[in-house]
Amino acid sequence: MAELQAMTALGARQAAVAVVGPVTITERCDVALASVAARRGRMADLARAAQAAGVPLPDAARHAGGAVYNAFWVAPEMWFVEAPFASHELIADQLKAALGDAASVTEQSDAWVIYDLTAPDLAPLLERLCNVDFPAAPDGFATRTVIEHLGCYLIRHGRGQVRIIGARSSAGSLLHALEVAAAAAW
Amino acid sequence: MTQSNRISGGQIDRTKTLRFTFDGIPYQGHPGDTLASALLANGVRLMGRSFKYHRPRGPMTAGSEEPNALVELRSGGRQEPNTRATVAELFDGLSANSQNRWPSLRFDAMGINDRLSTFFAAGFYYKTFMWPKAFWEKLYEPIIRRAAGLGSVSREEDPDDYDKGFLHCDLLVIGAGPTGLMAALTAGRAGKRVILADEDFRMGGRLNAETLAVGGTHGADWAAGVVAELASLPNVRLMPRTTVIGAFDHGIYGAVERVSDHLALPAAGKPRQVLWRIYSHRAILAGGATERPIAFENNDRPGIMLAGALRAYANRWGVKVGQRVAVFTNNDDGLRTAEDLKAKGVEVVAVLDSRQGDEVIDTSGRLGLKSIIVRDAKGRTREIAVEALGVSGGWNPNVNVHSHHRSRPVYDPTIAAFVPGAEGPPGLMVAGAAAGVLSTHGALRTGRDAAVEALGLTGAADLPEAEDAPVRIKALWHVAHGKGRAWIDQQNDVTVKDVKLAKQENFTSVEHLKRYTTLGMATDQGKTGNVLGLAIMAELTGRSIPDTGTTIYRPPYTPVAMGALAGRSRGTEFKPFRLTPSHHWAKEQGAVFVEVGMWLRTQWVPKAGETEWRQSVDREVLATRRSVGICDVTTLGKIDIQGTDAGAFLDRVYANTFSTLAVGKCRYGLMLREDGIVFDDGTTARMGEHEYVMTTTTANAVPVFRHLEYCRQVLWPDMDVQLISTTEAWAQFSVAGPNARKVLEKVVDQDISDAAFPYMGARNITVCGGLRARLFRISFSGELAYEIAVPTRYGDALLREMLARGAEYDPIVYGTEALGVMRIEKGHVAGGELNGQSTALNMGLGKMVSKKKDSIGMVLSQREGLVEAEGYRLVGVKPVDPKGKLSAGSHFLEKGAAAVAANDGGWLTSKVYSPHIGCDIALGYLKAGDQKIGRRMRAVNLLSGQDTEVEIVSPHFFDPEGERLRG
Repeated sequence: MAELQAMTALGARQAAVAVVGPVTITERCDVALASVAARRGRMADLARAAQAAGVPLPDAARHAGGAVYNAFWVAPEMWFVEAPFASHELIADQLKAALGDAASVTEQSDAWVIYDLTAPDLAPLLERLCNVDFPAAPDGFATRTVIEHLGCYLIRHGRGQVRIIGARSSAGSLLHALEVAAAAAW
Repeated sequence: MTQSNRISGGQIDRTKTLRFTFDGIPYQGHPGDTLASALLANGVRLMGRSFKYHRPRGPMTAGSEEPNALVELRSGGRQEPNTRATVAELFDGLSANSQNRWPSLRFDAMGINDRLSTFFAAGFYYKTFMWPKAFWEKLYEPIIRRAAGLGSVSREEDPDDYDKGFLHCDLLVIGAGPTGLMAALTAGRAGKRVILADEDFRMGGRLNAETLAVGGTHGADWAAGVVAELASLPNVRLMPRTTVIGAFDHGIYGAVERVSDHLALPAAGKPRQVLWRIYSHRAILAGGATERPIAFENNDRPGIMLAGALRAYANRWGVKVGQRVAVFTNNDDGLRTAEDLKAKGVEVVAVLDSRQGDEVIDTSGRLGLKSIIVRDAKGRTREIAVEALGVSGGWNPNVNVHSHHRSRPVYDPTIAAFVPGAEGPPGLMVAGAAAGVLSTHGALRTGRDAAVEALGLTGAADLPEAEDAPVRIKALWHVAHGKGRAWIDQQNDVTVKDVKLAKQENFTSVEHLKRYTTLGMATDQGKTGNVLGLAIMAELTGRSIPDTGTTIYRPPYTPVAMGALAGRSRGTEFKPFRLTPSHHWAKEQGAVFVEVGMWLRTQWVPKAGETEWRQSVDREVLATRRSVGICDVTTLGKIDIQGTDAGAFLDRVYANTFSTLAVGKCRYGLMLREDGIVFDDGTTARMGEHEYVMTTTTANAVPVFRHLEYCRQVLWPDMDVQLISTTEAWAQFSVAGPNARKVLEKVVDQDISDAAFPYMGARNITVCGGLRARLFRISFSGELAYEIAVPTRYGDALLREMLARGAEYDPIVYGTEALGVMRIEKGHVAGGELNGQSTALNMGLGKMVSKKKDSIGMVLSQREGLVEAEGYRLVGVKPVDPKGKLSAGSHFLEKGAAAVAANDGGWLTSKVYSPHIGCDIALGYLKAGDQKIGRRMRAVNLLSGQDTEVEIVSPHFFDPEGERLRG
């Protein structure tokens, strides 16, 4: 695929890194994403196949890590699965092969921009961005929320470690919102 | 001027001096001062002019209930009108100006209104200015508005930022007086997540303004100690300078935090204010109480204040309002003012207790109080020279937030005031003075108990010792003696006479009283005046106060800056932008963009030498029709539909059939609403046995997805269908024109000859040596055309590659304007036709609504009124004279018919200039249009003055047989 050069969601060749006060915002272009939804009445089949393939299928509002695949819940019997882009650019095909006809799998890698946020404590930032009760949320919490009018997924990996997944086309607006909120928060 | 009225004590930092100006005159104050306290310290009592009569006014209160001392702060973009000097925190360099006066505060020409007050009684503008009718809007109202002004705005852009945010807690405590502090301490020590919000910059509430002891120490010191302990608890968030503005649904409270208002400039990156949405399990309203005045003649002069305010200035700010002071009270609390002032060395020349028969019946002093006229129990009058008068008519619990869900306060005669009613916002309790418990001990006790009850705590902490004096009051609302005006609502200049007039004219309901006299309708919402007004109405009508009732409060508790409500959503950041995959390429080319919802789409791409948009658009259209053009169509909604019932599902949501579509093919689909009107259109491709990709219009991408989810989850939960949006996952380009295939062959790895990839084909392919991609052979331009999609990150590269590799065919990139021209030339419906009022039949697509199956909207689309032969039909329109101009929105009229609604034949929905045909062309809905092809009519636009003779033609201006697109 080397003939075509990829562009990041922000229109660059390299993933962006922004540092605002104690927060580091890192764009992640190296994560492949696909949605996995159980076909009606096939949850047990999907669970078996997923377990065999090493695809975790966590409970509602949770993220779970695996050896290669990580996944977070997005809707009843539906998950987003993450994997390294370098090895899983064809993540949808790979998951289809692994999960068979028990699931509907859809490529999602390029539908989103992924920002990883790190700071000693992200609560002062997130309280200016969305209505998630971040301090009360456990690690591994995953939810859909709205940040500056944009529907986003938010995954808490730790008090100071959060992944925000937003619509790719609005990557610039979302980053701007994160940056100005970070400047205001500290 | 030195601070001549500064006395000892107070919670100000005398080691630092702050310089500020008022009306250009320099003064000095100290950290801890408000603008009002600092001005009073400098001997300035006159701070404003009243709303209607332009009466000289000074501060009446020492808090946010202030009706009079409204000033403009700062200048330029930061100029802020109607700021209450009593809560404006002093900072070095503050510049304040009085408002609503001309030419100066001391001499205000509009003061003539006061002399003419007879003409300005309540309702005067309902009775006057009636003739001539047209004068109201153009002449009278502007004059009245100018005269009855508040502050002014600079009309410059506010340079500061405003944030919004979200907080969560177990307990929100509103107000940090003794009640709130005790509640927060109880909950905080129990480990609960507590937010304690107070509008003041110093927590402690009335304890800061009193000399009362709590737990054997000065109340203010006790408060400071509690605040320090709360600050040390990680589960407690202290929010000074934060006003809880309202109780909203589901335990959500709005609060405005003034982050930088007390600074000359916000720190870099910091907002001026933050509008917080606080999600609380439980809340305690500990908002205290507001003292109310007594109405007597000329009770509005600068220097006449609430008694509690007078002692607050002395105790908290070390300020005497005058050296000779009198107190007029109907209750014991007023007597505290006299005691405290005496202790501070202020000369208290008279204590007038209405319970002893003493009353103030008039005052003098044009720009500030000089004397009061007092009448004793025996009817003797005397004049006493004073510079300040403290008035206490009792205390009104601050029930405001409790009323925000329409709870009616109830009257408590023991304190002569309204207390919170039974049905407040769920989860909100009221404690302390806000609940009518007016002693310090009562405040501490009810604050603690409320926290215990709200959170289900076991065991309660001991209370510190504090005074528990009973309320001794004999209600007095207004002094009957005196013929002049006695003010009730000082901000809106409502007097006792106005209430009498309202009664005389039978506006006796409190709601009518409010609207007729404007009582309580000013920015202070009548915090000091409302109860007075309704009590006087009760007296006049002979009804009891409970029978008279009270009006209630709405959010916000105090005025909120528009900027705080807007947050960061202003200017170019009003909403986020969505950028297409070709955005960066287009920007390099100097493309012109158009906002389509949140998307920024390329409208056209000007070339060197093109000075007018039509040149670019015409060129793009002609070049595409001549050779090949590429357009970014990523913005069209894409929905991945999978499952064993996907085909059956599509049959139900589309008017036409999709279950029979072969794998590898796509089909144009029409989606109806339940009422039979067309909802959206687009193509849907079958990529596998149980896998479809639907496209929607750009505008309806989200509504269609939402609709499909509703169908899936609610209407037919038994169907095996899974949906997900893939709009953003694929960069999709339309490649159109006779050489479209030749350009695509340069990048596509597979055979896409007409035989291998026929019209309406749809398949997964690869491009440029193996990159996964999708190809759809569809056309909305009438040309041989395809849509090619690659993962979004490769969209920019694919576009550049197609332009480079296909260079021999001179491919151009066209924008939405050329797209519109070509679809109209081809007669395809789009936004103007998909207007939410039109059926498939109207669009000439009636046959697409299959009767062989049921689908959403099918039955209702067959309603009698929607299928009549004389109904609207889509037609094409050309001017008879090629130079004739058309406008979208013009109406069809027969030749010679008057331009009146009765003769209306329909309207032009979309219009473009067609470089292919060489004139304006349009689509339109014409009554029985399908029977009128070839007829000459007029397209009339009364707004633009156009009246153009037109010919009704087929909507398919271009290649009506479709030979080119199948080529």
